Amino acid sequence: MSQLMIADQVPGDELMASGHLACPGCGAPMAMRMVLKALGPKTVVVMPACCWSIIAGPWPQSSLGVPLYHTAFETGAAVASGVKAALEMRGDRQTTVMVWAGDGGTFDIGLQALSGAAERNEDIIYCCYDNEAYMNTGIQRSSATPWGAWTTTTPAAHPESNAKKDILAILAAHRIPYAATASVAYPVDLLEKVRKAKAIRGTRFLHILSPCPPGWKYEDDATVELGRMAVQTRVFPLLEVEDGVTWRFTAEHAGDAVEPYLRRQGRFRHLTADQIEGVQASVDARWAALERRVANGT
Amino acid sequence: MKKVMVGNHAVSWGARLARVEVISAYPITPQTQVVEELSEMCADGRLAARFIKVESEHSAMAACIGASAAGARAFTATSSQGLALMHEMLHWATGGRHPVVLANINRALGPGWNIWTDQTDSLSQRDTGWVQLYCETNQEVLDTTVMAFRLAETVDLPVMIVLDAFYLSHTAEPVDIPDQEVVDVFLPTREAHRKLDVNDPHAFGALVRPDSYMEMRWQQQEAMDRTHDVFEAVEREWQRLTGRRYGAIESYRARDADLLLVTSGTITSTARSVIDRRRERGDAVGLVKVKMFRPFPTAALRAALSGVSRVAVLDRNVSVGHAGIFAEELRSALYDLPPDDRPRVQGFVLGLGGRDVTPAVIDRIIDAVREDRPIEREDLWVGVNP
Ligand SMILES: Cc1ncc(C[n+]2csc(CCOP(=O)(O)OP(=O)(O)O)c2C)c(N)n1
Ligand code: SF4
Ligand SMILES: [Mg+2]
Repeated sequence: MSQLMIADQVPGDELMASGHLACPGCGAPMAMRMVLKALGPKTVVVMPACCWSIIAGPWPQSSLGVPLYHTAFETGAAVASGVKAALEMRGDRQTTVMVWAGDGGTFDIGLQALSGAAERNEDIIYCCYDNEAYMNTGIQRSSATPWGAWTTTTPAAHPESNAKKDILAILAAHRIPYAATASVAYPVDLLEKVRKAKAIRGTRFLHILSPCPPGWKYEDDATVELGRMAVQTRVFPLLEVEDGVTWRFTAEHAGDAVEPYLRRQGRFRHLTADQIEGVQASVDARWAALERRVANGT
Repeated sequence: MKKVMVGNHAVSWGARLARVEVISAYPITPQTQVVEELSEMCADGRLAARFIKVESEHSAMAACIGASAAGARAFTATSSQGLALMHEMLHWATGGRHPVVLANINRALGPGWNIWTDQTDSLSQRDTGWVQLYCETNQEVLDTTVMAFRLAETVDLPVMIVLDAFYLSHTAEPVDIPDQEVVDVFLPTREAHRKLDVNDPHAFGALVRPDSYMEMRWQQQEAMDRTHDVFEAVEREWQRLTGRRYGAIESYRARDADLLLVTSGTITSTARSVIDRRRERGDAVGLVKVKMFRPFPTAALRAALSGVSRVAVLDRNVSVGHAGIFAEELRSALYDLPPDDRPRVQGFVLGLGGRDVTPAVIDRIIDAVREDRPIEREDLWVGVNP
């Protein structure tokens, strides 16, 4: 599938207004705009604390054209479960309830509630836009921060020393009907996944890589470029998993070297050539494991 | 219809009569029977509700908030550690003005582990902005549960019903169950004043700057202020339908008393029996039971206690480093009375972690207060072996 923005593939309706409060070049509003285009106006958004709590605008404003419930950091999946139950009790089975959370609210503090909702197979779509750190509070590491990255709590002298948590595999292990990765740099792929997710009942999980210029330290016109590099280097492969067992790639992954991707970002500036080789080796190993998984169908 | 039931089941019956639509709860002793009974009611169709079996109390309250925000009638029950875990979301429920109803079975907080009654769990949530209603009997539990929804949905504040572990939760008493048709008239389907609605989209709980945050808290305060009158009206209507009401406070044999006990929860029943015996001997003692802790019934307590010479507050709870919490609240409520009308308030911390409060204990307290001994500390801990 070509990733060109072909007008008739992208719904014209805008459910996200301009005038939002994201930093220039932020991937997060791009992600929201596409996702809402695919979901349409019969959508309720539940949003735990994250950059988007600011992006959406202060009271009494909202940059969304759908109902939005701001909630506490670790409660996205639980609040959404309650919203869905209430709508169903009042006879509304049509409205989509979507959680919109950052990586911190998903991988870390919100994981318990998310696991609970996924295990119950709540009829919700959970979107995690992943900028690979706690950006709202000033770029602290999360368990989505990749190995070797600088953040304000992993200074260059002691950069992040753990691998990024494999959240897709964790959700797949819950045997939910649909889980996928996506990227703001691949809008058509993202739209198709949201459309597919919308048509399914049960817990659906979307992990969307969302580059962040100040957090990753790059110029604000390179968001799409970095998003593409992340996919083409296989650092962030595009995948979908059905029922937790059927794994499938949804894009071509060229297998470009990781070095230019890392060098493009100030957060990796301190990495030595040896360390970059180490990153390449771990990306290759993960890719090989993924290929086996896709080939086996599980 | 009369039925013998434990306090926990009186909660479940109250929630069922209220036709709750979404229940979300997590088990903890001594609350478990509340949710077990509700699970049965949902399973066999006696109650048409969605029961979300969440993975924690934090999520239980979060799910209730979501359900309430979407316009449904939401309910949960918990105790002690579970209530403490909900703390963040208790604030969220009030700030969001969600009329969730929660039953808390008073249980001591650990460590050491202790499953017996102690009010410190609910009183620790004093400043979360929840209405708090304490109960003395299983009948009162059922009635209060139904009334709580009507109250909550009128003032858009969440309401906590509070009952003692074991003394109520696991003790069977005859309870009159009002007819469903009666309750349906009293408490129609919830019509939310505002809700998540795809046909009228709004954002809830967004960032609010210093120029408007305070106004939002002020609106909560106004709603609390209104709660006094609304509660009275709700009780009056309940009385018309069922013949029963309880009052934010209740004065018992208080006329001409020179000494009044102030009690809450099941200690009240024990104290009533002590007072009955003493009155037979001509001893002018009485009691004031406090049902409503938030909003604090300051005006009613001033009226009830003004001019009485001595007041003894029995606190099955403590704010360590200060005093029993009802005593502390009462002193500040009475401080503005003219000095001649202001009673001497003595606090007694007792019964923590389920320690028995017998008639003999209460007798000794009354004797001690009567002796007018100078007291070396403001609040006495009763029966502690130091
Ligand atoms: C219980 C709690 N702890 C901490 C915070 C502070 N906090 C708000 S947003 C945030 C980071 C969010 O990170 P993430 O989910 O990755 O979203 P991002 O800001 O990166 O978009 C933190 C730590 C909070 N709101 N609540
Ligand atoms: S800090 Fe990053 S994620 Fe947050 S608004 Fe700015 S660019 Fe977007
Ligand atoms: Mg983040």
